[in-house]
Amino acid sequence: MRMLINVPETVVADALRGMAAAHPELTVDVERRVVVRRDAPVAGKVALVSGGGSGHEPLHGGFVGPGMLAAACPGEVFTSPVPDQMVRAAAAVDSGAGVLFVVKNYTGDVLNFEMAAELAEDEGIQVAKVLVDDDVAVTDSLYTAGRRGTGGTLFVEKIAGAAAEEGAPLERVEAIARRVNERCRSFGVALSACTTPAKGSPTFGLPEGELELGIGIHGEPGRERRPMMTSREIADFAVDAVVEDLRPSGPVIALVNGMGATPLLELYGFNAEVQRVLGERGVPVARTLVGNYVTSLDMAGCSVTLCEVDEDLLRLWDAPVETPALRWGR
Amino acid sequence: MTQTFDADFLVRWLAAVAEAVDREADRLTELDSAIGDADHGANLKRGFAAVTETLAKDPPATPGAVLTAAGRQLISTVGGASGPLYGTLLRRTGKTLGDDGRVTREQLAEALDSGVTAVSQLGGAQVGDKTMLDALVPAVEGLRDSFGAARSAAEEGALATVPLRARKGRASYLGERSVGHQDPGATSSALLFAALDEIARTEASGAEGAS
Repeated sequence: MRMLINVPETVVADALRGMAAAHPELTVDVERRVVVRRDAPVAGKVALVSGGGSGHEPLHGGFVGPGMLAAACPGEVFTSPVPDQMVRAAAAVDSGAGVLFVVKNYTGDVLNFEMAAELAEDEGIQVAKVLVDDDVAVTDSLYTAGRRGTGGTLFVEKIAGAAAEEGAPLERVEAIARRVNERCRSFGVALSACTTPAKGSPTFGLPEGELELGIGIHGEPGRERRPMMTSREIADFAVDAVVEDLRPSGPVIALVNGMGATPLLELYGFNAEVQRVLGERGVPVARTLVGNYVTSLDMAGCSVTLCEVDEDLLRLWDAPVETPALRWGR
Repeated sequence: MTQTFDADFLVRWLAAVAEAVDREADRLTELDSAIGDADHGANLKRGFAAVTETLAKDPPATPGAVLTAAGRQLISTVGGASGPLYGTLLRRTGKTLGDDGRVTREQLAEALDSGVTAVSQLGGAQVGDKTMLDALVPAVEGLRDSFGAARSAAEEGALATVPLRARKGRASYLGERSVGHQDPGATSSALLFAALDEIARTEASGAEGAS
């Protein structure tokens, strides 16, 4: 497998150095692996801190900036960051108004953020946590680690980040983050596996002419494999899976997300099919976002996330944001 | 006389674990790519290399302190689920051992038992969930008899994860599709006890040679 890297061991550090060079509006600590908005801590405002394994870019570092995250902690590829990074990030951004940890529901992320929350509280930082678990492909039961956090993370970080930027207190920012997560559902499809730098070959074998339904964002195989489907058929399947679980009674924001290696040409075509299905199901769409936002290295494929919004959440979605990957309203 | 073990013995054990993890990294990653996310080998390799470095730089005086320092280093280096889980295993075991300068195998088994309990509480898993506990729990029982028994119990426990359906961690997302694969966490846990057995054998033959 050909990759645009030097050696697998320095992939994350190399990317952070490049990010620092491209984004002077961010403070990037390459050695300690923390990305912070340059004007942090912002007086009187709650700060959102997130993090997770690398390989999902622009998540999370690309969402750092006014109106979204105050800091992000990138781990190794597909590996949760360590508590030390999260504590450092929390200390760097806390203005005294408190910090909200946005945690995707994976065992590693949950354990490390829990340890970090305890350590940060020992340092006198007020910490709240919100768990993102929007992936309908996983049955939430005693027999699994629970639903995964995927595309819904973008909505939680954007909408709760806007609330924090407006000066809402920690309790309200946390409540909004939870509300957003409760109203988000996602479903992902892979047309190819991805290749981690450490392994150098695809994480699972997917024969020509087949696709994988119900994938997560770590190159793990999905729930089932089927013969290749058209964009139209995939949209029917994915949107139905999401709508049946969410059962929205009002308008939604749709995220048509690429997994990393699918061209925008295909994603826009897929979005047309997604909008068609939503129309047929009678689900009004308030806003749509199309692009590669929550990715899985070089995986080809897509995911659909729907977030049911009321006026308040829609206003916060539309509020100004200024990050490397999301930028509007300013 | 009952054989006892000092801090240096535990440092050598962890160095042997680092070597074993380094040697087996590709295999662990291969197992992980079947039902997880293909990073287990690389992560443990990085973690135990850091442990070896820390212990060499500033060698703690007691067996308990060695394990506590090693556990802290794993938590700060590894990330993922294995960082907090292996870190907690060693840290709690070290804390339970206390300040004794030398410990017996039985003491080590007792302390590891509390470490394994802490892992089970942190991860919320039980034996049979297709996790590292499937190797750790029988290994600690075996250690009450001998180092060799701990090693074989761990290896058998790891092999016994093959037909299981995962109920915790990333493999659980696969549901029935996790059946038929050996759990990478149980496999790396078995490496810990294989290394312990090796170092104990070296120690025993060294002691005989000296007497």
